[in-house]
Amino acid sequence: MNWRRLWAIVIKELRQLGRDRITLAMIVGIPVIQLVLFGYAINLNLRGLDAGIADQANTAGSRALVMDMLATGVVTPVARADTPQQLMTMIRRGRISIGIAVPPDFERRRIDGRELAQVLVDGSDTTVQGAAAQLAQVPIDSAVPDTRAPMTSTPPGARISVVSFYNPQRQSAINIVPGLIGVILTMTMVLFTAIAIVRERERGNMELLIATPLTSTELMVGKVLPYVAIGLVQTSVILVLGMWLFDVPIRGNVFDVYLAAGLLILGNLSLGLLISTQARSQFQAMQMTFFVFLPSILLSGFMFPFAGMPKVVQWIAEVLPLTHFLRLIRGVMLRGAGLWEMWIDVLALAAFTLMMMTLAILRFRKRLD
Amino acid sequence: MTAQPHTGGTTDGDGVAIRASGLTKRFGKLAAVDHVDLEVPARHVYGFLGPNGSGKSTTIRMLCGLLTPTEGEIEVLGLRIPAQADELRSHIGYMTQKFSLFEDLTVRENLEFLAAIQGVPKAKTKSRIDELVEQYHFGDLQKQLAGTMSGGQKQRLGLACAVIHEPELLFLDEPTSAVDPESRRDFWEKLFELADVGTTLLVSTHLMDEAERCHRLAILDRGTLVADGTPDELMAKLKGRTFLVETADPRRAQHVLVDVPGVLGVAQVGNTLRVLTADDGGEATQRMDKALADAGQKGEVMPAPPNLEDVFVAATRNGDAKDDRREHAA
Repeated sequence: MNWRRLWAIVIKELRQLGRDRITLAMIVGIPVIQLVLFGYAINLNLRGLDAGIADQANTAGSRALVMDMLATGVVTPVARADTPQQLMTMIRRGRISIGIAVPPDFERRRIDGRELAQVLVDGSDTTVQGAAAQLAQVPIDSAVPDTRAPMTSTPPGARISVVSFYNPQRQSAINIVPGLIGVILTMTMVLFTAIAIVRERERGNMELLIATPLTSTELMVGKVLPYVAIGLVQTSVILVLGMWLFDVPIRGNVFDVYLAAGLLILGNLSLGLLISTQARSQFQAMQMTFFVFLPSILLSGFMFPFAGMPKVVQWIAEVLPLTHFLRLIRGVMLRGAGLWEMWIDVLALAAFTLMMMTLAILRFRKRLD
Repeated sequence: MTAQPHTGGTTDGDGVAIRASGLTKRFGKLAAVDHVDLEVPARHVYGFLGPNGSGKSTTIRMLCGLLTPTEGEIEVLGLRIPAQADELRSHIGYMTQKFSLFEDLTVRENLEFLAAIQGVPKAKTKSRIDELVEQYHFGDLQKQLAGTMSGGQKQRLGLACAVIHEPELLFLDEPTSAVDPESRRDFWEKLFELADVGTTLLVSTHLMDEAERCHRLAILDRGTLVADGTPDELMAKLKGRTFLVETADPRRAQHVLVDVPGVLGVAQVGNTLRVLTADDGGEATQRMDKALADAGQKGEVMPAPPNLEDVFVAATRNGDAKDDRREHAA
């Protein structure tokens, strides 16, 4: 390993990158846009669902119940109805997503401890169903103890607090932002290096490089180093925006966050290099990148809970660096864990990097045949 | 840099820089290079002449260790290739056929990069680059991106980068294929300057005028070496076999002459035809006269001194003039 040659590669990469304005813009643009997009749009919190209300009892108690449900903010009343049947019709027509029906014998049911009200749901949308389940928590929790006493006797905050415990708004943003660091790093880092070697081969630079004393290791390491810095910049962008826009906490050590991110960056860059030594064109490199990217997003636990997946799929997921990173970053940022407490995942990422890098260096031959 | 003095970086006692025997490269069934024997003397400009696809690039790539030969022995600067290719790399410069420098780096950045990669001592780097900038007329272009330069400027930069570490041996693969005549002349000046200071140059080309400038040349055709020697030697062998035919209707006369037995090639040059015949002691002349007369063509057949194009045609076409016209036109 000749440090001067290694450094020459690093400087060259940075200079080339500095002249590539679009890529430069993407380095910051991708994290910002993705974060805002995922953070706001892909939000499991359902607020302001259109609701219809059929309060057939119309007593002080029933009105209070309905008000409590509305106070959760999950639904917004847009229609009044006289019977549950009318609500069903409105749901079928798509006018409302949720119907709240309070039967005429509401007060008697309260005394008997029977079902108080019904929440009718547009079941064609599973997320709406989930939201309705939370709405239903309100009457059942508050129904039993107080008989004739008005609803207000139980502090309204208590009922809302049941709902707010499940309020997905905070939960989803907080879960998504740390994961998003991983997803963005997987997308950009793999692609950067996947293209790096193929591009030089396509442009004819490679034939010149392999006729010089430059070694495979110098070339590979030299290509990875500049992008490590770029990956850490991206991590910072997401962290700062995440804290600023979504109040995402970093309960653990910030240094651990960067360390985890660094491990993922190295893993992904090495994987990219391996792809680059295999691909014959930039287009092929791109396809191979997406071949890895999609399972990373779907199987790592970013989108769907890891525990819910079949065993075989879990094994596949264990191979993906993003899976291990998600465990690390959620541990550090959300649970305040130290990296060493999750040493298995740290080890897994390091092993992945080492293996990919070795394969890439071995695969890259200073020959044209 | 790292080579021991007795193994690397020296031509042998008899002054041979490159020696190859039985050099063969097959890609599948196709033999791109077929049992080529070569001996390139040191401090010479050695030319590889041949049409596209004749195996010039493949041979060069094998000689500098980028391709593994299917068969044959190679010794370059006293090193066995491909076994000792890594050692060879710091002693050679290689200029690829396609511009292979970084188009998104400036002239100076490219030079700096190559200096570091080729191990030019750090203390000498700046003065060496300044020297090259001066020699290759990059004074005003230092900060220009390589990709925005003209073909001739790119070639110059390619050469400057290839010689930055002052290699003993320089491989140039069709270096002037995309360059105007004036730039080509300048470029060749540079090549001779390099040969003067002791560099061995191996240059491939498909241009006759370039081949003519070489100290020695090898003519390659479909992967085989069909002739080699100095241009004068090669041309001397064709004495008495080349003629000019003056005629009123050169196109028709060409058709007539092509079919005459013993005629190897007929090329139209302006209003005259240039004819190359087989080595048959002048019999072809009489046959040509007769054929022209039979076809009712008035024409005068005069002997002419051979040129390198004739050498090339004679070496690559044995007896069949017809399929040669295409080649000539190119």
